[in-house]
Amino acid sequence: MNLLGKLNWSAIPFDQPIIMGASGGMVLVIVSILSWVTLKGYLPYLWREWLTSVDHKRIGIMYIILALIMLLRGFADAIMMRAQQAVAAGGAQGYLPPEHFDQIFSAHGTIMIFFMAMPFVIGMMNFVVPLQLGVRDMAFPTLNSVALGLTASGILLTNISLAVGEFAKTGWVAYPPLSELQFSPGVGVDYYLWALQISGVGTLMTGINFVATILKTRAPGMSYMRMPVFCWTSLAANLLIVAAFPVLTATLAMLLLDRYLGFHFFTIDGQGNAMMYVNLFWVWGHPEVYILVLPAFGIFSEVVSTFSGKPLFGYRSMVAATMVICVLSFIVWLHHFFTMGAGANVNGFFGVMTMIIAVPTGVKVFNWLFTMYGGRIRFTVPILWSIGFMVTFVIGGMTGVLMAVPPADFQLHNSLFLIAHFHNVIIGGTVFGLMAGYNYWFPKAFGFKLDERWGRASFWCWLIGFYLAFMPLYALGLMGMTRRMQHYDVASWQPWLVVAAVGVVVILAGIVSQVIQLVVSIRDREQLRVTADPWNGRTLEWATASPPPAWNFAVLPQVTDLDALWNKKQRGRTQAQPPKERKFEPIEMPKNSATGFITAFFAVVSGFALIWHIWWMAGAGAIGIFLTMLVFAFRDEEEIEVPAEQIARFEQVNQAEIAV
Amino acid sequence: MRYGLLAAVLIGVATLGGCTDGVFDPKGPVALAERQILLNALGIMLAIVIPVILATLGVAFWFRASNERARYRPNFTYSGRLEMLVWSIPAMTVFLVGGVAWVGSHDLSPRKPIASTVKPLRVQVASLDWKWLFIYPDQGVASVNHLIIPVGTPINLELTSSGVMNSFFVPQLGSQIYSMAGMITRLHLQADYPGTYRGFSAQFSGEGFSDMHFDADAVPDEKFTQWLDAARSAGPELDAKAYADLAKPSAAVAPFTYRSVAPGLFDSILVSEMQSDDAMCRRYPTSMRAEK
Repeated sequence: MNLLGKLNWSAIPFDQPIIMGASGGMVLVIVSILSWVTLKGYLPYLWREWLTSVDHKRIGIMYIILALIMLLRGFADAIMMRAQQAVAAGGAQGYLPPEHFDQIFSAHGTIMIFFMAMPFVIGMMNFVVPLQLGVRDMAFPTLNSVALGLTASGILLTNISLAVGEFAKTGWVAYPPLSELQFSPGVGVDYYLWALQISGVGTLMTGINFVATILKTRAPGMSYMRMPVFCWTSLAANLLIVAAFPVLTATLAMLLLDRYLGFHFFTIDGQGNAMMYVNLFWVWGHPEVYILVLPAFGIFSEVVSTFSGKPLFGYRSMVAATMVICVLSFIVWLHHFFTMGAGANVNGFFGVMTMIIAVPTGVKVFNWLFTMYGGRIRFTVPILWSIGFMVTFVIGGMTGVLMAVPPADFQLHNSLFLIAHFHNVIIGGTVFGLMAGYNYWFPKAFGFKLDERWGRASFWCWLIGFYLAFMPLYALGLMGMTRRMQHYDVASWQPWLVVAAVGVVVILAGIVSQVIQLVVSIRDREQLRVTADPWNGRTLEWATASPPPAWNFAVLPQVTDLDALWNKKQRGRTQAQPPKERKFEPIEMPKNSATGFITAFFAVVSGFALIWHIWWMAGAGAIGIFLTMLVFAFRDEEEIEVPAEQIARFEQVNQAEIAV
Repeated sequence: MRYGLLAAVLIGVATLGGCTDGVFDPKGPVALAERQILLNALGIMLAIVIPVILATLGVAFWFRASNERARYRPNFTYSGRLEMLVWSIPAMTVFLVGGVAWVGSHDLSPRKPIASTVKPLRVQVASLDWKWLFIYPDQGVASVNHLIIPVGTPINLELTSSGVMNSFFVPQLGSQIYSMAGMITRLHLQADYPGTYRGFSAQFSGEGFSDMHFDADAVPDEKFTQWLDAARSAGPELDAKAYADLAKPSAAVAPFTYRSVAPGLFDSILVSEMQSDDAMCRRYPTSMRAEK
């Protein structure tokens, strides 16, 4: 028996300078960061305060750090693709052979959706939702940390594939039969499958956790119709996660059974049916896009209302629109493959349903517009992202509805028009929203604002770069260029692809500006220091210190209406309250736990072993996970008490700060 | 940078105006109708999207904090009439575009034959790794990576795949459709003008995918007959063995023809990948049912 399964030295592509350079660089960066941390003696701090933390704020921040790193990785793939297509015209083959190019676009899609957008959105919700709800933590703090660990495991496995073996060459959707053993015998698809299975379980845990938190733990008095809109959109997104992710897990599990145990779910022989996979994949896939964009809608709602100095216009409409989108998103999946050859009634139904989703989305756009109407808009970085979003997103929405018309889709399906459309809504919607949220809540997380000038530079580079990079793709799609081409023979496409490549460089300038913004802001943090409520906010997260203490609120806030903090501030202005003597009680907080980290470690071991068919190691990893859970389940104490004096001391300093 | 954007837009308008291949240069009834639908739907939506974009920018600019002439109305948070309007504008738009979609998906269903007095030409299409095989069952010839059709004749296409899924697409003639192993899809197209149109696979299918394109030549009847005669008099025979050779993965294959085709070859491609005995019973009824 071979102890290392399929793994041997030939798995490492020593003959590929680009791959070896990239992975060498990556290893170097990781090793140098690790050794810096170790030498400086930060390791115990890192372990105690971050890796084993079950604090939702810390976990949220770690999610976002992961997402930002993966943004860089996915963006590097994007640059390589744009460069390849800008040069590979006529007879030219460019600098990437098909087998490498195919891995790059598959990795780009997988990373950007699963390991950039998802962790970013989840991180944002993690940090903000409990604060907005006026509570001290998530419903299941340790589960939250396990979920983070599993997401990180998926990310790690995907990145290991760069150096050891290969990644899928099937596109990020991995349609069979191409992704079956018969046509993809390598480990690439296995990396894809196991990375998504492991991180998918983590995402499902997150979904359950948020649904429980939002439904069950809100500040006293916060009825559903007093919840901030971001909490509503988070609730909708997490309901979608709970309903949709098991479908993905089951679908990928069937493909795994095909590949590992010779089943015939989607194979072309033995009565398999590949279109079943395509259907199931999109039964998950379409709700997924709303999982990504609904929280972004929530962020825009908060940002637009805060910086217009007005409550959100039509709050009830917004809530209704959110929930309508949540439900409808499950009955539109077939629009991803109108060209399968289904009947006219089927295509017509799914086309019309798809368009109906545009109604609540349109309502949202109008409501943001009316929120700004009659406001006093302060043009800070978050509102710039929001206005950029409103303009960009309606264009993306329009092209989406266009492709929901089946006969139009027969012409545009799989073309660069489609690529332009979904980047238009994912970048223009989700990414812009996340950037707005990042700039908006950063001072809450770290106690100082991000530099405005670099923030604005970043926004303009992103916006202009986006239009330069993706408008040409709309045109190319109409000219008949299909996606995923390693080279092409139509010379008239090349100028457009060169413009798109220039656009990517401009976006790169935006990303560089963001890095500089962060560095400059950390350097100047003393000047940028803020108190609890730097933006004149409306919701409860601005009622506590920046950064908030581990317990969030010394005394849980009593909520009497929507926009709890705003109304309190208004009342405070009219009737000066006599300063009351505040009495604090000790608070029980969940204890740190290494469960998440250890589970993640074993998940990586198991996943890696399964990919390479190292069965003994896979078993060892599984046993490791089981034992970790067992140890956690039999824990004696799960909470620590924060003494009243500590809280009183913190509050005193904090109050003094606010008074200044 | 803004000039760059402007330039890109101008180039765009110029190029799309006199567009070379693609959606805006239709050469057949299906593509023509699809362009019309695309433009109709776009027109309906632009009527609402452009005002929204302008209003967004206008409102954001006018209500900037430094504009003292703008009235601050912090309590303007609900208006029943506006809500009504806000829900009905997108609803009306979608009602119109939805109508376009519903009617269009029936009129232009890929399975719907093209109404014509001319007798349709049958072509069986199989996507192989990574080339296209076109079989003319009634003429008994076949062609690789080159589709020749008579102008003005409805083409009745049946498609399948030897393995991996592909999508058959000639944008200037109209709709694309998937080709899937073990299944038949049907598509009806017609060319109204002679010419050479770019055809390709629009569904990523692996390493040789980028070279999986072909020329679709629409020629007058007499030329088509000449081509048939020429094809019948030269080239190899397409029997089971020749097919097995052809089906081996290869990319960028130069076009050639087969002078004859073994009867039932297309059906054997359809079932060739299926080992189990009852495959026929299951596959065929499924695809036939999809027909009705």
